[in-house]
Amino acid sequence: MALLEVKNLGLNFAGLQVIKELSFSVQPGSIASLIGPNGAGKTSVFNCLTGFYKPSSGQIVFDGKQITRKRPYKITRSGMARTFQNLRLFKKMTVLENVMSGMHCRTRTGAIGAILRTGSQKREEAEIKDFCEFCLDFVGILDEKDRTASNLSYGHQRRVEWARALATRPKLLLLDEPAAGLNFDEKQQLIELIKRIRDELSITILLIEHDMGLVMKISEMITVIDYGQKIAQGNAEEVQNDPRVIEAYLGREEDEVA
Amino acid sequence: MTLQDILLQQLANGLILGSFYALVALGYTMVYGIIKLLNFAHGDLYMIGAFLGFLVLSVLSPLIGDSWVGIMCSMVLSMIAVGLLGVLIQRIAYQPMLSAPRLSILITALAVSMILSNGVLAFTDGEYLAFSTDLGYEGLEFGNVFITYTQMVLVGAAALLMSALYLFVHRTMYGKAMRAIAIDKDACRLMGIHVNRIIALTFFIGTSLAASAGIMAGAYYGSIHFFMGFVIGLKAFTAAVIGGIGSIPGAMLGGLLLGLLESFGTQIPFIGTEWKDVFSFGILILLLVFKPTGILGRTEIERM
Amino acid sequence: MDRLDSAAPGNGDVAGTGGPLRWLESQKNRLIVLTFLAGLAMFLPLISNNYVLEVMTNVWFYVMLCLGLNIVVGYAGLLDLGYAAFFAVGAYTTGILTSHFGVNFWLTIPAAVLFSICAGVIIGGPTLRLRSDYLAIVTLGFGEIVRIIARNLEITGGASGLIGIEKPSLFGFEISQISHFYYVFLLLACLACFVSYRLQHSRLGRAWQYVREDEDAAEAMGIDRVAIKLYAYVIGAIFGGVAGCFFAAKMTAISPETFMFQQSVLILLGVVLGGMGKIPGVIIGAFALVLFPEVFRDLGSSRILVFAIVMLVIMLYRPEGIWPEKKT
Repeated sequence: MALLEVKNLGLNFAGLQVIKELSFSVQPGSIASLIGPNGAGKTSVFNCLTGFYKPSSGQIVFDGKQITRKRPYKITRSGMARTFQNLRLFKKMTVLENVMSGMHCRTRTGAIGAILRTGSQKREEAEIKDFCEFCLDFVGILDEKDRTASNLSYGHQRRVEWARALATRPKLLLLDEPAAGLNFDEKQQLIELIKRIRDELSITILLIEHDMGLVMKISEMITVIDYGQKIAQGNAEEVQNDPRVIEAYLGREEDEVA
Repeated sequence: MTLQDILLQQLANGLILGSFYALVALGYTMVYGIIKLLNFAHGDLYMIGAFLGFLVLSVLSPLIGDSWVGIMCSMVLSMIAVGLLGVLIQRIAYQPMLSAPRLSILITALAVSMILSNGVLAFTDGEYLAFSTDLGYEGLEFGNVFITYTQMVLVGAAALLMSALYLFVHRTMYGKAMRAIAIDKDACRLMGIHVNRIIALTFFIGTSLAASAGIMAGAYYGSIHFFMGFVIGLKAFTAAVIGGIGSIPGAMLGGLLLGLLESFGTQIPFIGTEWKDVFSFGILILLLVFKPTGILGRTEIERM
Repeated sequence: MDRLDSAAPGNGDVAGTGGPLRWLESQKNRLIVLTFLAGLAMFLPLISNNYVLEVMTNVWFYVMLCLGLNIVVGYAGLLDLGYAAFFAVGAYTTGILTSHFGVNFWLTIPAAVLFSICAGVIIGGPTLRLRSDYLAIVTLGFGEIVRIIARNLEITGGASGLIGIEKPSLFGFEISQISHFYYVFLLLACLACFVSYRLQHSRLGRAWQYVREDEDAAEAMGIDRVAIKLYAYVIGAIFGGVAGCFFAAKMTAISPETFMFQQSVLILLGVVLGGMGKIPGVIIGAFALVLFPEVFRDLGSSRILVFAIVMLVIMLYRPEGIWPEKKT
């Protein structure tokens, strides 16, 4: 059974159809990608999946449960985590505190526990700290845990976002343009990291990406969309040879260069 | 009096009250539409309008009397002065805060509001001032209901100002620029629109409309007070939310509707005039629960 | 973590009197100052007259109110302009229950907490779903509603309010002198510091900060922003309600005019002045709020004008308040 099943998804903004009848699925344990030219509606798809947009039609089934039109925090709790295209860190807080936000939905101490510092509260805090340090270590920036997030380099800020998403203990991780703004070396490290997340943590990955080389190298299943509609689906080779994909990209080459 | 007379009387009262609410709500909604700020000081600018109108009238009345001519002249002068004050406030207090966290600009607006009302408090020692005019009590009789010319002129003047505003916003380049900035400030800047000038213009128009309502209310009720802007500010906000905040026709509609609701609502048994304000705020809270976008407002789509 | 911050729960009452002086940077010197001020606070009733005690009791009272509002404004980043309403809910609960129904003062406190929670949920529940600006204006309206209700109901004593509220007693000891109340309010202020500190440095405190900094990102991390804001709003309400109970007991008389809009603004000013979200800052703010009008008595009704100008200047030039930011 697919981990994520999107059926006939549709999204309208003030009369404009941003997504039309989009269907695709993500198999557990796979690395899948959603690609398409600029403005094809990729981030809108992510926003529908994670509950930030309310789709106008269609269904999203995640891990056997309906999550269509649920609020974002509920979707995260059900095991889907995301990163943002433009970094959305809590800039004034430390790196560790940023990552701790991910553990919020997996812990439960309330006001009374906090005021009395009960035994279970202390245990929980220790558990949060340990797991967050593990996540930071996994993405390779444990040394920076006490620095203020905004003081980190861009590449490291991205890693804070991944660690934060990992801390929610997801089954599926959505990465919105993870390679944007990274240099060649950083991209190679990124590919490694994505594979390790899947292999070592058994987390399924769905990513949106512009960098074709990266997508073709790691994806097992690629869905191509243009104007909010699916135009092709398959593995790297199938997609690369699909005439509609070539047309969609070549016909728009100028935009890409700009 | 028959039930019909009571209803007619309340209709007249509701229209006058509603005109004041609508004029003040317009400024609220325009400023909110353009820079997404709840200008807490707006109700106080209404109050300042009333006091300035009073001041101008007391200077002018030996020359031109304190009848219609005098009131109209002082209204125009005070509208201009208060409009400029609005622009000044925007420049000094709000402009530097536009990129700050929302909480900061709200507190700034609150501080401005407190400075205006307590400034007038210090000047007037908190006394009620009698806004004496020579408008007379003539009017027309409809059955048992008597409606003065003053009441008619007030509603007419409010209608005139609102129509002028509507035409300005929908038929001129400035109005078009205002609507464009409300949608996307940065795109407007790229298109060569002088964004700051249009924001200043919006403040000018919004606050001068509030000032006009302040003078009319002062002349109509016959007294002015430093705290008169507080409750009307709240009511005007309610009116703007009823109509759909950010929508200009919505503010007019919401204002009239709230005025009518209040004057009819206080006729319901057990809801006397002392509960009038509770009644309006109750409406506000219910509205925010069930239809926060108001009658003419658009649903905002959250974008990441 | 800020060292002074961590010293706050025990000696919270005095943490606020320090300044950003270099001498205070060493922990040893800070401890000396804190111990001295704690001692001063403890033994004040032995060395001062009733006037000073009256003023200082008022200071501790405002420390509690400001810390309560600080949870809403400083921690969760929500603007509450009707905070006096919760203070009114507490005061009237105690007033009505003791004078009309003969309920023991101490039993009115849980009742007040319950009513504060209900009021907080009724107002916060629907409005916290919307943009945060709406909360500001709805709380403003709520503050007015509570005042108008208090003015017009018979049970609240109408415009003249309630008089003759019984002074509380504890194990047969009647709390009646100003020096008794001084210690009661000092204790309340310390408790408020302690609770604020513990909450700030907890899972809940972090969640407030996430929501304050970026609501959408917080929501994406699985944080229910409406519930988290409501939590802050309700805890703030409880602080206000409990403070109100003790206020009623101390004054023995309450009237609707005590809970006007200006009261809410004053409490907010205390929070903004010292520095939103910082316990020592808020304490300084509360001190300034009470001591300033005592020192400049001639100002009379212009006092709020001066406060408003100070508030504007702070927002424009030093939005983080008097207390310095933590160094990172």
